[in-house]
Amino acid sequence: MNPTRLTRSVGWAVICFLVLPITIVFPVSLTDKRYLSLPEEGISFKHYVNLFGSAEWLGSIGQSLYIGVVATAISVTAGTLCAIGCWRLSSRAGEAVRAMMLVPIVVPTIVYALGIYRFWVDLRLLDTYTGVILVHAVTGIPYVVVTVSTALAGFDARLEQAARNLGASAFQTLRRVVLPGILPGVVSGAIFAFIHSWDELVIVLFIASRAVFTLPRRIWDGINEHLDPTMAAVATIMIALTAVLLVLDLRMRRRKEG
Amino acid sequence: MNDRRSAWLLIAPALLLVGVVYFLPLARVLAISVMEPEPGLGNYALLFTSAPIQRVLLTTLRICVFTTSITLVLAYVVAYVLTHARPTAQRLMMLGVLLPLWMSVLVRAFAWVTLLRRQGLVNNALIGMGAIDEPLALMWNEIGVTIGMVHYMLPLGILPLWAAMRDIDGRVLAASRGLGASATQTFVRVFLPLSLPGVIGAGLLVFIFSLGFFITPAILGGGKTIMVAEYINVQIHESLRWGVGTMIASTLVATIFALMFALSRLVDLRTLFGAK
Repeated sequence: MNPTRLTRSVGWAVICFLVLPITIVFPVSLTDKRYLSLPEEGISFKHYVNLFGSAEWLGSIGQSLYIGVVATAISVTAGTLCAIGCWRLSSRAGEAVRAMMLVPIVVPTIVYALGIYRFWVDLRLLDTYTGVILVHAVTGIPYVVVTVSTALAGFDARLEQAARNLGASAFQTLRRVVLPGILPGVVSGAIFAFIHSWDELVIVLFIASRAVFTLPRRIWDGINEHLDPTMAAVATIMIALTAVLLVLDLRMRRRKEG
Repeated sequence: MNDRRSAWLLIAPALLLVGVVYFLPLARVLAISVMEPEPGLGNYALLFTSAPIQRVLLTTLRICVFTTSITLVLAYVVAYVLTHARPTAQRLMMLGVLLPLWMSVLVRAFAWVTLLRRQGLVNNALIGMGAIDEPLALMWNEIGVTIGMVHYMLPLGILPLWAAMRDIDGRVLAASRGLGASATQTFVRVFLPLSLPGVIGAGLLVFIFSLGFFITPAILGGGKTIMVAEYINVQIHESLRWGVGTMIASTLVATIFALMFALSRLVDLRTLFGAK
């Protein structure tokens, strides 16, 4: 049942369609022109100089990092505990909680953005770090619950019982036995939650305006208003960051399997 | 009993956060749709009477059907090749699937804008080669939106299809060949039917994600091709018609839940989200 040469070629062509268009931003970021184009007379790093000399871009990158890190910490803590709780219940109730956690993944973000905007108006949290961090943390929880649940499915429950029988307290068992066993899943969840916050635009468009101006928000404005090669430099850096996180995640997974 | 209580204690923080900061605002959307500008189902009547709304819904449906069909065919081929590839090739291919999946949606849309706009690299290259005289309209229309959406949805289609194909027992296929069926017959009568749950699952998943997709259609549609998520955005940010915006949002969610329900009868949802 090996695929024919034609099938294989189509398969790889689709992979090229997935990857190659993204790589176009590398040469464009090195253009010597002031508009989006391929380098003509030579390569130039001036757009990177622009980027790293721009207080606006650096400010947005800093904000996104800060929001992402704090939100991820909350998502990972709440999500991991929740997944462990569901796993211990191992009943219909646990299943129901896990199913409920999938809702934020399938409901279009724009729908939620409408609701949270009105909610934050009432609570005076519009355009604040607290407001954005809370929202990113909560919408990141489902990703952590999914990855940690997957890790728990492969974790031997008898190890936990053994620890308890040998006299470890519930907290000790959690810290010394369960958590180390599912660590790759937790790290995976953390990476997912961070990328979720780092890349989130739709909600930020509604609940932040001036004080909080994250990186996706600045890219969005850039695409809609002035398309200049600095954007390509930003895109290049973001691609590099994603690639690093992906390799990190694949490493974790392989260690878990091996 | 104590164990159950401690389990619920672990679940509590997440449940509280998601309940208060997610589900409460979500319920609010539904409430606004029947309360503003005046209580009643007036907003929902627009679904049947307003031509602009119906046009947006039709555009959305058309683009989603095209996107889902193209994505499914291409994703099926990739998943098939992936299933039968040697380990090294498989790892390389998997990287090609996962990298875009993880890549910022905005970065991807930006790359497509660079390529597809009027003075974009594709048009410049074609004009430079003398293939065309006038630049082609590759974005700010349904073509551009569909290209960008297929690019976004492919990994989401490939992964569940691959999971489904991996579970197909190779011995069944060998038996089919051993009993005298040709490769084509084995594919059509054995492999394809066995992979069908994966196809349905991946198809509905891609369709659901396409329905409410905002960023890529907004950028590549350029205000000319408007899908439902952008229409909601315009209602709120420009027309300030909260009643209409939340009504369409609620309708969207109801549609998605109905599709999910149908999906859950056909395949185990948990496998689809990798939760099992």
